[in-house]
Amino acid sequence: MFSRRHLLQVGGAAALVSSTSLPSLAAGKELRIALVVKALGIGFFDACHEGGEQAAKQLGNVKVIYTGPTKTTAEEQIAVIESLIAQKVDAMAISANDTNALVPVCKKAMARGIKVISFDSGIAPAGRILQINPSNNTLIGAKCVQMIAKTLNYQGEIAILSATAQATNQNIWIGKMKEELKKPAYAKMKLVATVYGDDVADKSYREMQGLIKAHPNLKGVIAPTTVGIVAAAKAVVDAKLTGKIFVSGLGLPSEMKAAVASGATDTFAIWNPIDLGYTAIMVAAQIAEGKTTGKPGSVLHCGRMGDLKVTPNATVAMANPYTFDKSNIDKFAKIF
Amino acid sequence: MSVIVDAPKASPKAKPVWARFMRWETLLALLCVVMMVGNSLLSPYFLDFGNLSDATANFSEQAIIALAMALLIIARDIDLSVASVIAVCSLAMGLLAAQGFGTPVLMVAALALGLACGMFNGWLVTKFALPSIVVTIGTMSLFRGLADIVLGDKALTHYPPLLQAIGQNYVASWLPIPVSFAVFLILALVFAFVLHATPFGRRLYAMGNNPVAARFSGIPVNRIRFILFALTGLMSGLAAILLTGRIGSTRPNIATGWELSVITMAILGGVSISGGSGTIGGVVLAVLLLGFTQFGLSLVNVPEIVINILQGVMLIVAIGVPLLLQRLRGRR
Repeated sequence: MFSRRHLLQVGGAAALVSSTSLPSLAAGKELRIALVVKALGIGFFDACHEGGEQAAKQLGNVKVIYTGPTKTTAEEQIAVIESLIAQKVDAMAISANDTNALVPVCKKAMARGIKVISFDSGIAPAGRILQINPSNNTLIGAKCVQMIAKTLNYQGEIAILSATAQATNQNIWIGKMKEELKKPAYAKMKLVATVYGDDVADKSYREMQGLIKAHPNLKGVIAPTTVGIVAAAKAVVDAKLTGKIFVSGLGLPSEMKAAVASGATDTFAIWNPIDLGYTAIMVAAQIAEGKTTGKPGSVLHCGRMGDLKVTPNATVAMANPYTFDKSNIDKFAKIF
Repeated sequence: MSVIVDAPKASPKAKPVWARFMRWETLLALLCVVMMVGNSLLSPYFLDFGNLSDATANFSEQAIIALAMALLIIARDIDLSVASVIAVCSLAMGLLAAQGFGTPVLMVAALALGLACGMFNGWLVTKFALPSIVVTIGTMSLFRGLADIVLGDKALTHYPPLLQAIGQNYVASWLPIPVSFAVFLILALVFAFVLHATPFGRRLYAMGNNPVAARFSGIPVNRIRFILFALTGLMSGLAAILLTGRIGSTRPNIATGWELSVITMAILGGVSISGGSGTIGGVVLAVLLLGFTQFGLSLVNVPEIVINILQGVMLIVAIGVPLLLQRLRGRR
């Protein structure tokens, strides 16, 4: 009785599975590309998957295998990759749970002719052909300035609310913002202060209150941190200064919904996971088909994302951060 | 001494228990056949020696610990700290490797530290007469916490090539199975011999069936429990060597959740959670059943959460069916 029940279960699983996977085996020249994420059930990666399917639809000959472990551990992700090697997929695009721990298994995959690229969270260079970064520092810095400039009609005092004073990426972005501000278009804008909220909500809130008091002519604040931007927008709302001071920067749509609704934030940006998944599948398909090696210097044709060039250290910067405002925040707030 | 050796045999229950276990292993073997056939039908990539051989690397480290865990559970104890012991041992290896020590030193260090962790568990359990489940929940957090404090969000990733070869390579070109799986098979033979063919093994069953009676018949119960904990720690150290070599990286979350996989292997193998029964053959079959079920289903990209549910059902059935049978038999 026990064994029969088990048989039924296995049989049931078999029926469930074969109906979805068998068509792929029937088609001849179809490319099977695995989109391996840190863990299943994460909104950000489900959005990447949606983008991947868009790319597959556009290319026509690609089947996306969306997979990943249950827990965000390297060991489980390695087991998933092992099973993909056994299935002899054509390519894998991986967001890694561990930069280094995936190198041995990915080397093995590449030794067997499977093209491995990483996206979002990278694998160490020895374990992949290239890494797709959602953006790059210059684009992020420029985007932050462009957004607030547009809102303020290219004039007025602005300030920056950062995370910690030691945060490497924040400091690079601030440097790039200052470079962007030197352009003639921003001649009527003035950066009056840079303060640090340490990525702690209440410290960021108090720093924002301080900025409002110290600079009565302040018109805009750039917070290139997902914690800081939420706190700054809240401080503006609480001080009843919506419409007089605008907060922009980098934030998550789900956390920024209230800020946009209140008017404290006109636009903000972050990498778009749908575009990221789209680009990952586009790039993996090209390399798997042998249209390009993906080596440094080669140019990748990525459909609606345009042509991307592989940098000397084998990375690709996808695009400008994606802008969110009243028109699209409701849709994306549900995703991430 | 001969009294002790004969004690379990003298128990009137011995024969039916043994008979029932023969049936359990037969059932597992049948399930294995069903699983192999089912998976082969599901995916054309399953029945391939290279693929099956490679897949063993994913569960061999856990299986090695399951052998020691089986003995521990048979003797009515349990060790929940095994995965955390792996983390500590892997941490020690990473720190030593960073100092430039070679593979032999790393291996000895991991084994010694694993043994020490196991002895610490055993000491707490026997010296203070604490329940092993409580003690090892404590040391589970303690050992993992140590790794967390030392490493934080960093990783140790510089390991010598020889260690990586042990974790990633085959035994030999004419024997293309992972080193870890070969180690598991050899250890399974050793454990089977110790459990089923030595006085020491028989004492474990006596302790599991009735610890008080076992003590009164002259079995050094606490000393044996101490040895079993130390052995489990040692096996965790060995697993740490193989795992660290395989992935070439140590993070504080290494091997998270493995204690439950290890215990699942033992219980599904027919080791009674209340002690006193179980065989190494059953554990080996359960390891293969669980490991290849997981591999086969992931070959057709069944989400792991579904696989986990299936394994959970298998485990509940494994615990439930013998109890139900026992109850039915009692009623008759």
